[in-house]
Amino acid sequence: SCPLSSRCCAPSRAAPAMNCRAEVLEVSVEGRQVEEAMLAVLHTILLHRSTGKFHYKKEGTYSIGTVGTQDVDCDFIDFAYVRVSSEELDRALRKAVREFKDALCGSGSDGMGQISLEFYQKKKSRWPFSDECILWELWTIKVNVVNLANEQERQICREKVGEKLCEKIINIVEVMNRHEYLPKMPTQSEVDNVFDTSLKDVQPYLYKISYQITDSLGTSVTTTMRRLIKDTLAL
Amino acid sequence: AMDTDLSSQDRKDLDKFIKFFALKTVQVIVQARLGEKICTRSSSSPTGSDWFNLAIKDIPEVTHEAKKALAGQLPAVGRSMCVEISLKTSEGDSMELEIWCLEMNEKCDKEIKVSYTVYNRLSLLLKSLLAITRVTPAYRLSRKQGHEYVILYRIYFGEVQLSGLGEGFQTVRVGTVGTPVGTITLSCAYRINLAFMSTRQFERTPPIMGIIIDHFVDRPYPSSSPMHPCNYRAGEDNGAVYPSVEDSQEVCTTSFSTSPPSQCVFTVTKAHFQAPPPVVTDTLKVPVMGLAFSHQLSSSRLSYQPAALGVGSADMGYPVLFAGGLNAAHPHQLIGAGKEGGVPPVPSQPAHGTQADQERMCTPLDGVHYSAATPSSSEDTETVSNSSEGKCGSPHDLLETIFIRKVGAFVNKPINQVTMANLDIPFAMFAPKNVELEDNDPMVNPPASPETESPLQGSLHSEGSSGSSTGNTHDDFVMIDFKPAFSKDDILPMDLGTFYREFQNPPQLSSLSIDIGAQSMAEDLDSLPEKLAVHEKNVKEFDAFVETLQ
Repeated sequence: SCPLSSRCCAPSRAAPAMNCRAEVLEVSVEGRQVEEAMLAVLHTILLHRSTGKFHYKKEGTYSIGTVGTQDVDCDFIDFAYVRVSSEELDRALRKAVREFKDALCGSGSDGMGQISLEFYQKKKSRWPFSDECILWELWTIKVNVVNLANEQERQICREKVGEKLCEKIINIVEVMNRHEYLPKMPTQSEVDNVFDTSLKDVQPYLYKISYQITDSLGTSVTTTMRRLIKDTLAL
Repeated sequence: AMDTDLSSQDRKDLDKFIKFFALKTVQVIVQARLGEKICTRSSSSPTGSDWFNLAIKDIPEVTHEAKKALAGQLPAVGRSMCVEISLKTSEGDSMELEIWCLEMNEKCDKEIKVSYTVYNRLSLLLKSLLAITRVTPAYRLSRKQGHEYVILYRIYFGEVQLSGLGEGFQTVRVGTVGTPVGTITLSCAYRINLAFMSTRQFERTPPIMGIIIDHFVDRPYPSSSPMHPCNYRAGEDNGAVYPSVEDSQEVCTTSFSTSPPSQCVFTVTKAHFQAPPPVVTDTLKVPVMGLAFSHQLSSSRLSYQPAALGVGSADMGYPVLFAGGLNAAHPHQLIGAGKEGGVPPVPSQPAHGTQADQERMCTPLDGVHYSAATPSSSEDTETVSNSSEGKCGSPHDLLETIFIRKVGAFVNKPINQVTMANLDIPFAMFAPKNVELEDNDPMVNPPASPETESPLQGSLHSEGSSGSSTGNTHDDFVMIDFKPAFSKDDILPMDLGTFYREFQNPPQLSSLSIDIGAQSMAEDLDSLPEKLAVHEKNVKEFDAFVETLQ
């Protein structure tokens, strides 16, 4: 797996906190839809997990900047989503998603993989121990790439994947609404342990994106073909 | 016990939060049904004017409607605020699509901190609303509105009425926020049997002017508040001027601290609240009423042209008020700054509404993005004076400013009816040029030349503005010589332009020509019996295969 992080506390992998939530989403998409589908999900999550920039003042008080939002239309999916207006953040996500897509759709891959978005907090340790990363929320998106035979199927796929993504957005919002654990608002000295303060216009919680491509299980061709046809018919 | 009761300051804050949350909720919902992509800008320094730390524009008419519906009350048990979204076809049929409900239930969370946790959770809930408004079926319908149908909104307060949604409607919950006085819940009930009415049904033909005109003057809901098109921006029938803010106490706090909250003071001259001189009123009334038809027509067509409009036709009629963006230099200004933030620039408001003099307000400004700003749109911006500067000019100016404001949006009456001010037709450059009926349309005059000509220049603007600038350039770009950049090609000894022209009309495929086509068809037909025989032999294998698919 390849970590692409905003603020990575490498080398150790983040350890889940006791109250770490883990959510799993699954989608089946065509190769050309992978990037947009992933961006839609990741941006929706980060919309909820980003605040405006903090400006600390005297007496330990702070004010918060403003987060703008914008609509994004997908080209290969009948779908639109809202993302935070931050070019830096968008670039970071696009980079991660492109790498994931290249690995997923490249040779040697069965077309199955998953991309993970982790939110973590840093806990400073005294020398000589390195800082700990405590994971408090983990989102995993499992992706299955399908190959479609003709234009009609592709058109159906555009619509179906659009509908599926609508469901995913609703799922994400449900989770966000649970108002479960969120890191405490930090003091000025602690802010970098909770938030990614490197962006100039917004401030997401510290996050890390990584992915895994499922090894080919050596399934026979017939089985794979059957599965694809089944999936297509099920559409 | 008294300890657990809310302190009066907390109570006041909570009420204010709920009020503004309700107003922002309405804005998000209506803006999501305008039919265009919305884009606002992040700002790292708080201007003190963005509620819940989110850049959500305020369309004054929408705020006005919401306040009217709420009538000073807040959502409470049994008293919910509802935003009804419906569709109206050019034939006059209408159908309720969604009801968004902001409700309050009795479940209280006494422990929760108002000024901090509740505020942040309301902010989160607004983000969820932004996300959810894009995933219900009405979103896609609203993006395609304009020709065969438009999307309308209606706000009411009281009991939720879901009966108009048809059978089997579905509900999606956007979220809840517990407060010491109850739990706020936000949800959407939406019709699903429009799923069979795919959007394809509404994408057929270009608009037929005559049909659409008639149906947007009536008020089909006599008992309740009137419907409003989401993209309809004219005033009410009585020609009411919407002041930007009705009271000067609409402050919003963005500072989580013990220091005084950032103030956001909107002042409106007394002059605006006076009844305008009769002559102005009369003049106003007639065009506005008469304009009702064409307003709608124009706005629906306009909203259907996203390329021309860029982001947010909402921007056209209503400049953002709460986040400034107007030039401080001119006496007619709107102060939208926090005490801490400084005054954002305010565009010059002319006393006379000439189009050509305006600067293009395309620069994204703190907190808010103006992408559809054009010379003409600036005419329509609020000409609200700073109270500290005294009255806004002479009565003549006042007259003109009000007039500009009202008639500016979607002006389409012939100029001879526009008696008071010397107005060019604003937004003329937005009028879509590629509709054939345009030529006969008195509403459309040749557009003024846009500020930016080249697509490249247009694309240099930050997010969201590309739509408006490139849209205009499509209208006005005249191709003199096809000299595409980077067109030299070593392999083919011709430039891209020549290549393009040469290969633009390739010869027809031979297989598509009749003779050869007929020949191969005959061959195919001949070979059919053979093929059938082979398949019949293998029928058992096929059957087995199909079995495995079951």
